[in-house]
Amino acid sequence: MKGAEVLLKALEREGVEVIFGHPGGAIMPTYDALYDSKIRHILVRHEQGGVHAATAYARASGRVGVVMATSGPGALNLVTGLADALMDSTPVVAITGNVPRALIGTDAFQEADVTGVTMPITKHNYLVQDVNDLPRVVREAFHIAATGRPGPVLIDIPKDVQLSEFTGSFEVELDLPGYKPTLKGHPKQIERALDALEKAERPILMVGGGAQHAHGELLAFAERTGLPVITTLMGLGAFPGNHPLWLGMPGMHGTVAANRAIHHADVILAIGLRFDDRVTGKVSRFAPHAHTIIHVDIDPAEIGKVVRTHIPIVGDARQVLREMLKGAKPLRLATWWRELEEWRTRYPLRWKPRPHLQSQEVIRAFAEATGGHAIVTTGVGQHQMFAAQFFPVTRPRSFLTSGGLGTMGVGLPFAIGAKVARPEELVIDFDGDGSFQMTLQELATLVKYKLDVKVVVLNNGYLGMVRQWQDLFHAKRYSEVYLADSNPDFARLAEAYGIRGVKVERKEDLMKGVEAVLSADGPVVAEFKVYHEEGVFPMIPAGGAAEDMIIEHPAEKEEVEA
Amino acid sequence: MRHVISVLVQDHPRVLNRITSLFARRGFNLESLAVGTTHVPGLSRISLVVSGDDHTLEQVEKQLNRLIEVLKVTDHSEPHVERELCLVKVHVAGVEERLAIKDIQEAFRARVVDVAQKSLILELTGDSGKVGSFIEALRPFGILEVMRTGAVAMSRGERTLKVREKREAV
Repeated sequence: MKGAEVLLKALEREGVEVIFGHPGGAIMPTYDALYDSKIRHILVRHEQGGVHAATAYARASGRVGVVMATSGPGALNLVTGLADALMDSTPVVAITGNVPRALIGTDAFQEADVTGVTMPITKHNYLVQDVNDLPRVVREAFHIAATGRPGPVLIDIPKDVQLSEFTGSFEVELDLPGYKPTLKGHPKQIERALDALEKAERPILMVGGGAQHAHGELLAFAERTGLPVITTLMGLGAFPGNHPLWLGMPGMHGTVAANRAIHHADVILAIGLRFDDRVTGKVSRFAPHAHTIIHVDIDPAEIGKVVRTHIPIVGDARQVLREMLKGAKPLRLATWWRELEEWRTRYPLRWKPRPHLQSQEVIRAFAEATGGHAIVTTGVGQHQMFAAQFFPVTRPRSFLTSGGLGTMGVGLPFAIGAKVARPEELVIDFDGDGSFQMTLQELATLVKYKLDVKVVVLNNGYLGMVRQWQDLFHAKRYSEVYLADSNPDFARLAEAYGIRGVKVERKEDLMKGVEAVLSADGPVVAEFKVYHEEGVFPMIPAGGAAEDMIIEHPAEKEEVEA
Repeated sequence: MRHVISVLVQDHPRVLNRITSLFARRGFNLESLAVGTTHVPGLSRISLVVSGDDHTLEQVEKQLNRLIEVLKVTDHSEPHVERELCLVKVHVAGVEERLAIKDIQEAFRARVVDVAQKSLILELTGDSGKVGSFIEALRPFGILEVMRTGAVAMSRGERTLKVREKREAV
C-alpha cells in the first residue's frame, strides 16, 4: 500500500465524507488514490475557495472540514483561509503536497516552506517525513483540530512520501503529552460564579462562538435565571434571535440595548468569547460598572488576555453550563429588565427609509419571507453587519461569517461548504459587490455540483464600509472605494455560468425579487442595486466606548429621539 | 521585570521555531534563549529570559502552554540557580596588561582557555550579572569578541521540571 492510499484510508477512519480541493503536481499521487476512494471530492476553482468551504462545512456541521491542495502556490492559497479558521476557532484539516524530500530546500519547482509559512496561522502543523507516520499524524491532526479550542491543522506530505510503500500499522495511539484541554469547569469557581450572579443587580450573559454547540444548555440556563442574553457576531444563533431574553449583538455595530446593558452591568457572565476589540471598544472604558467578570473559556490563554477577570472558569461551554444549570435559580431582575426593556423599545434596530432600495430592507424581506429559517453566510463589510442586524437567526450553526479575520470573499465559498454539509437547508449568501468579486470563480462550483445556493449581492457600487469610515472620519475623502464604474452585470455574469440571474433596481420590485430568488429551483445570483450612501448604525467608533455610540448618521442627528 | 523561564519540549523539528515565532508574533520581549537536550530521550529543555509586566508574563506562560509540543513551563520565581557561560577574547597589549587581566581573571574565577601573542580567551560561568561585570572589567583592555550562551536555570531543592500529569481524557 502506498502513502497516498494510506492517507485516504486514515481519512476514512476519521469519518471524512467530503474533501474540498484542487489538484496539482505534488499532490497527484493522492488524487490518483482518490479516484478509487469512497470519499467525495468537491473540486473548487481556487484553493482559497476550498479552505473557506471546508471552514463553513465544519461550522455548519460540527465536524472537521477537510481541504486539499498541491505544493507551493496551491498551499499558499490556503493561507488566508487557515488564518480565518484559526481566528474563528474552526476545526479544519488541510492536506498539502510538497516536493519530494530530496528536493526540499533546493527552491524546486512549486516549492514553498508551507509548514513555516502556516506555523503562526494553524493550531499545529506537520511535515510528514516517513510514510509510516501517516496514520498517527492523521489521527493527531483530527484530534487536535476538533478538541479543546478547535482550529486548523495542516499536514504537508512530500510527493515521494505519498508514493512510498507503507510497512506500518493503522492501530495508533494518541501520544500528545503536551496537549490536554481542560473540559470540566472547576466546581468551586462555578459555585462562586452562581453566587455572584445571585447577588447581582444588573447581571448579563454574553456568549460567543464557543457556545454554538451549547445552545440547548444555554437556552435552559438563560430561561431558568432570566438573564438578559447578548450574542457576539460569532455567537449569533447560539441563542434564538427571536427570544424575549435576547438583547442582540454587542460592540461596534451592536444594539443600543446590548451595549448599554454591558455598560451598566455589575456582573458579566461571558461564555466562549474572547473580548475582541470590535466588542469591547476601548478596553479601559469597557463595562466600567462591572465589579465581577466571570469568564468561561476552553482556552486558558483567553482568560485575562484582554479584560480583567474576577472568576475564571477554564472549561468547555457545554459542560460548564450543564454544571451551572444544576445550581441555577431564578434571579430577581425585574428592575433591571425595566431598564433594558426601555432601551430595547426606544432604540430598536432600524433604518431611515429612502426612495432608493436599501440593503436593510432587502435583508429584512428575506428574513420575513423565510421566517429566519435559513443558513446565512456573508462577506465582510456593511452588508455583513446589516445581515447580522436584520436577519436574526434562530438556530445554532446558521450564521456563517468571518468574525475575527474579517475576510472579504468568504460568502460564496462559505455557502458552498454549508450547502454540502446540510443540503436540506436553504442557504443564502448575503454578499457585497466588493466581497463577492473576490471569490466569484466559485460560481462554477455551484454549477458543477448543482448546489442550490442563493447569492444575494447587495450592490451599492462601493466598498461600503471603507466608504462609511471615510465619510465619518476622513472628511468624505473617498479614496479608492468606487466600484460601480467597472462592476459587471452580476445577473448576466451568473447567466454566463448557466446560473439563474435576477436583477432588482427599484424599491417596488423588492418583494418580486425576493420571491424570484426563493422560488427558483437551483442556484440564483440576485443583484439588488442598493442606496450607496447608507451607513451601518448604531456605531461605536474604533477605540470608543458604549457612551460614544452614534445612533444615526451625524448629519441626520436631529432626527434621533431624545 | 526580568524573568527566567524554563520550558520542557518534545524534541521535534521546528519546535524552537514555534517558540521564537510565538514571541515575534505576540510581541514578547526575548532577551536570551538557551536550548539543549535532557537526560530523557526525546525531550529538550529551553531557558528563556523574558522581560515584561505580570500581565505579559502570564500571557507568555499561557501562550507557550498552547503549543502542542510544550510539556511544561515554569517561571523561576522560587529560589533557583541561574548560570551563563561566556567566552571573551580580549586584546593583550603587553606584559603589564597581561598581569592586570590575570588579576581580573582570578577575582572572577574565570579560566584562560586560549593564549596567543596579542590575545587571550577567557571563559567565565556565573549568573548574568556577574558575566556583565566581567565584561565591563575587561573592556578597558580592548574586547575583540564576546559570546554569551544566555542564562540557563534550575530550581533549587527537589523541585523538578516534570511533564504535567494527565488531568482528564479528552
